[in-house]
Amino acid sequence: MKKLLIGVLLVNLLAACASQKPKETAVEEAKPAPVAETPRAVETAPAAAPAPAPAPMVAADPLNDPNSILAKRSTYYPFDVYVVQDDDKPIVQAHARYLSEHANRNVRLEGNCDERGSTEYNLGLGQRRADGVKKMLQVGGAKDNQIETVSYGEEKPRLTCHEEKCWKENRRTDLNYR
Amino acid sequence: MKGFAVLRYFGWVLLLCAALPAHAALNIEIIGAGEHQIPVAIVPFAGEGKFAQSISQVVSADLARSGLFRLVDPDGKAPHEPREVVYADWPGVDALAIGSVEEQINGRVAVKFRLLDAVKKTELVGQAVSGKADQLRAIAHRIADMIYEKLTGDAGVFSTRIAYINRQERVNRLVVADSDGYGEQTVLSTSEPIMSPAWSPDGSHLAYVTFEQGHAVVYVQSLLTNQRKVLANFPGSNSAPAWSPDGKQLAVVLTRDGSSQIYLARPDGGDLRRLTFSGEIDTEPSFSPDGQYLLFTSDRGGSPQIYRAPLDGGPAERMTFEGGNNFSPRYSPDGKGFVFAHLTNGSFYIATQDFETKQMQLLTEGGWEKKPSFAPNGKLILFATEAQGRGILATVSSDGRVKQRMFPQAGDIREPTWGPFLKQ
Repeated sequence: MKKLLIGVLLVNLLAACASQKPKETAVEEAKPAPVAETPRAVETAPAAAPAPAPAPMVAADPLNDPNSILAKRSTYYPFDVYVVQDDDKPIVQAHARYLSEHANRNVRLEGNCDERGSTEYNLGLGQRRADGVKKMLQVGGAKDNQIETVSYGEEKPRLTCHEEKCWKENRRTDLNYR
Repeated sequence: MKGFAVLRYFGWVLLLCAALPAHAALNIEIIGAGEHQIPVAIVPFAGEGKFAQSISQVVSADLARSGLFRLVDPDGKAPHEPREVVYADWPGVDALAIGSVEEQINGRVAVKFRLLDAVKKTELVGQAVSGKADQLRAIAHRIADMIYEKLTGDAGVFSTRIAYINRQERVNRLVVADSDGYGEQTVLSTSEPIMSPAWSPDGSHLAYVTFEQGHAVVYVQSLLTNQRKVLANFPGSNSAPAWSPDGKQLAVVLTRDGSSQIYLARPDGGDLRRLTFSGEIDTEPSFSPDGQYLLFTSDRGGSPQIYRAPLDGGPAERMTFEGGNNFSPRYSPDGKGFVFAHLTNGSFYIATQDFETKQMQLLTEGGWEKKPSFAPNGKLILFATEAQGRGILATVSSDGRVKQRMFPQAGDIREPTWGPFLKQ
């Protein structure tokens, strides 16, 4: 019994460590197509389910293929718009397919805005951007429990200048696998 | 001592201020002046040189910042009692403030102050105030409030406090300070963004939004004990807290049922009920002073605009039609109008509108001006803007005549909000 408890604690600890990591990197990632996800597939999956766990197919995971459409992890928007744009739909649809085929993977959708609005309005707008991507993922077969949505509004801009070249980078939803 | 009323003066805020070092956190720059400036002379108080804070300097700075007074240099004349005043020495001065500071036993000071009408040669007000020696700034603000009230007929706001966010690299601080920027006190410091501080009506608590838990969560924190409690932490975003005038409930914005909608809750988070059902973004609620209405921002008409809705249900009414987008409404203390941020052609302006005429009045020249809030006397508006590439505080008088910019020593200031009058 004692051993089991310690085991459970350890697993929890590991899970806690693992789940904190992506948060940090998410902010730092500079460009829309981050390829830095590779080793993380291993750490989350087995920690959560100690019992049967088929060997994770790390090598074959298309999420890690830099040439796959899945390497694109952001959708972009015009000013004050939250609907996924036609150009970005294939990206979201590919992630939907991936999630439906990998029930053990979870994604966090992070909505962001440019600074042309109040902080609170932008928080609401970012949430709608993330929720819009979520809806499309669900239509494509992803399950509700695989998706978390948050909004950063205008609080975590990727670029800071009062010009469109920065604003267009900041109007986006990031898909963050964890 | 005859003629002096003793001011009871030991509110908790004063005690908090007392613990803080009295260094300047902000540089202040004043632009413009009121239409009719009242000429006043503030004579250095007897004995004030013995203390770190000069009462007459703090009083003079307060009055000057309001834009409503012209400070006349006493030019070496130093009466401290009415019998020492030679009125013929003060031509062109409407009012004269004189007084003294005396050290008492056990580290306390006694401040005597009189305001004299230099034209009618009468005393307008006289006060004796006793406090701790390190409360001299607060006592001076109090005196400035009395002078302001006597000479303008409106309540002074020099003793009130403001709250704002200071962002410096990756450190976000929620800060409370005196209305002149002194006495900065950090309420919360975190690497995650902080938004939307909101004062409880009695000034004892702040509600605010932080991302410490990875998404926007609303907290309520006591400024007395520094303890805080989660007000709302549902999946999605929890934000935009606003206190009702009686302090018994807060409006908050949640996305737990879809897009941003306004809810009401008790300050402990209990008794949650949904108020708006637009399915669009409804946010930034502000209670009317009588507690019967909410102003808020909504994009239900296709672009973000200001709406007003009764709290007991009933349809929302659109308030703004001009320009591109309008955000961040706050009721004026008299309930007759509101202030908001007006976005047009890529610039944010601070604007007011009253309910009767429905006329919008732009108060500023435009730029990156956001998050306005009224001083509790309704005469000044505090907002965030940018200058020299930094986020700074600014105020504008509600008639648009007097503007002030306050530069922090470090970091960017955002999301300011003016606190309430404090009970004495």
